[in-house]
Amino acid sequence: MSGSRAIEVDGLTVRFGGVTSLDGMSLTFEDGTCGLIGPNGAGKTTFFNVLSGFVRPAGGTVRAFGEDLLSIVHFRRARWGVRRTFQTEQAIEELSVFDNVALVYEHAKLSGASRRQDVLGAISFAGLEVDPYATVRTLGAGERRLVEVARAVVGRPKLVLLDEPAAGLPDEETEHLGEVIRRIPEQTGALTILVDHDMSLVSACCETTAVLDFGKLIASGPTAEVLRDDRVIRAYLGTAEFQ
Amino acid sequence: MADTHTAGRTATGPQRPPLRRPDARSLVRPAVIAVLLLFVLFALPQLLSLYYIGAMTQVAVYAIVALGLGVLVGRVGLVSLGQVAVLAIGAWVAARLLFATSLPYPVVLLGAGVITMVLGTLIGLPALRLRGLYLALITLMLAGGITVALATTNFPNGGSGFLGYNGSSVHIPPIRRPSIAASDPAYFRYSVLVAALMFLLVLAHIRTRPGRAWAAIRQSELTALAAGINTTLYKLWAFALASFITGVAGGVLAGAIHYLYSIDFPTQDSITLLAVVLMGGAYSLWGAVVAALLYQLLPALLNNWGVSSDWLTILFGIGVLQVLTTAPAGLADQVPKDLGRLGRLLRRRVLPGRVLPGRVPRKRLRGPSQSGGGAG
Repeated sequence: MSGSRAIEVDGLTVRFGGVTSLDGMSLTFEDGTCGLIGPNGAGKTTFFNVLSGFVRPAGGTVRAFGEDLLSIVHFRRARWGVRRTFQTEQAIEELSVFDNVALVYEHAKLSGASRRQDVLGAISFAGLEVDPYATVRTLGAGERRLVEVARAVVGRPKLVLLDEPAAGLPDEETEHLGEVIRRIPEQTGALTILVDHDMSLVSACCETTAVLDFGKLIASGPTAEVLRDDRVIRAYLGTAEFQ
Repeated sequence: MADTHTAGRTATGPQRPPLRRPDARSLVRPAVIAVLLLFVLFALPQLLSLYYIGAMTQVAVYAIVALGLGVLVGRVGLVSLGQVAVLAIGAWVAARLLFATSLPYPVVLLGAGVITMVLGTLIGLPALRLRGLYLALITLMLAGGITVALATTNFPNGGSGFLGYNGSSVHIPPIRRPSIAASDPAYFRYSVLVAALMFLLVLAHIRTRPGRAWAAIRQSELTALAAGINTTLYKLWAFALASFITGVAGGVLAGAIHYLYSIDFPTQDSITLLAVVLMGGAYSLWGAVVAALLYQLLPALLNNWGVSSDWLTILFGIGVLQVLTTAPAGLADQVPKDLGRLGRLLRRRVLPGRVLPGRVPRKRLRGPSQSGGGAG
């Protein structure tokens, strides 16, 4: 185990039949919060699914903190330290807020010395001001998103993947979510990757940003520069660059 | 299915206390259950004829079977159409052990449970790859296979050899019962106690780690994996638990009816069982009891009244339609809700303007969807 605290992606390729979702993606995510943006179908969620172990890449490697992430079985990656949220919110309806978070804690086989405290700590970190024993079914959309965030930060995460956490939220709740996301790296020490279409959220949270288009990395660097990049603007406006 | 639940969403604000551990209300439930259990154990056998005691013993057996199916369908989201075949395996193993050995009855039940658990988990193996309709079909086919095998081997009837079947015996000995529960009322009590233990076993699963894992798997397998849940292990665990309790139920059934025939376990009964479990309520433990009452007591009643029990097939068909369209959580959820609504309506009609002390608003704390609703 080297002291590296980065995710090094090298030549990552994913194919679904004839469709190439990720085409030789090579990129290093450094410490802190990194943005990952791109038009629909660019391969952002596919990349997350590779990191979660749901999709087996056709080629390429991912070294996470010096370890070969792809060799870890999917359900063991939570124990290693991968946490994620989903594009469609996936707080578990029939469980209480507490149990939703405790679920990750107990199955990621974290030492249970202060389970209750850690779980309640994660809930309050997410800024959830609800009864921890209330069923998730009784919560609103924004609160459910925060339950997912609490699940993503409980224990000792090394890598937090947030897949469009602000989708469908009103501005006020997005703002609160942004504040929570900004605090994740300093609070937990985890490297955080944020996928979102809300550029103001990405600008507010991420020092660096990478842009995917049709499975290819077209730009990466400091967020403000990347967002001014011509290729990025063209990718978002849909103008064909290559002739 | 989830839509009806989210309909009752409430604005849970910060005004609630930060921590609320189970209070006095949560003690009422165990008390009610204890009283009910005592009534069933001691008063019911005095009130009923032997005919209905026999029917109620079957209810106890099938409550366990329905509970097992409820775990699979309601908790994990796996539809199995082979549970009656699993019950037959349990009955077969128990009968074989009871004829071959003089082991105490609880040991035989445990043995039947464990062996059925192993076989039933094998039936569950396709569940690792399949879900929904395809899993249902595969389990139905396997159940059909088991039924055919049992029709060939027959149930043990005191013969020798591995199968324990003697086709030429004229005086078939009955399958024995525990010495403390030889009479029908005593055996009924015994069955109810076994059923209560199985309910406690399932409750202990649901309230802890496996229950949380199952809830996650049912909602989304990817979410469960992302949370670090070994979905393969927990799906097989659900099949193992369901098969274990169903095997135990088979053992109880063997003693209840004394003689077992493969014709008692037709493949299509597994389909009817799924129907009554859905009607009773797959998401609650009470649903299993309701399902068993529908499945065993209702035919006994109709029989007694001289009505053909074929009507039940139609009734169950309508019942499943009703569940799928209006009451996804089944009777166990719908009846208390409707009774509550009816009660409030009656109170408003009968005692207009009178404020009832205490109880009413307390009860409604948790049901925001009902407050303010029903203008009359």
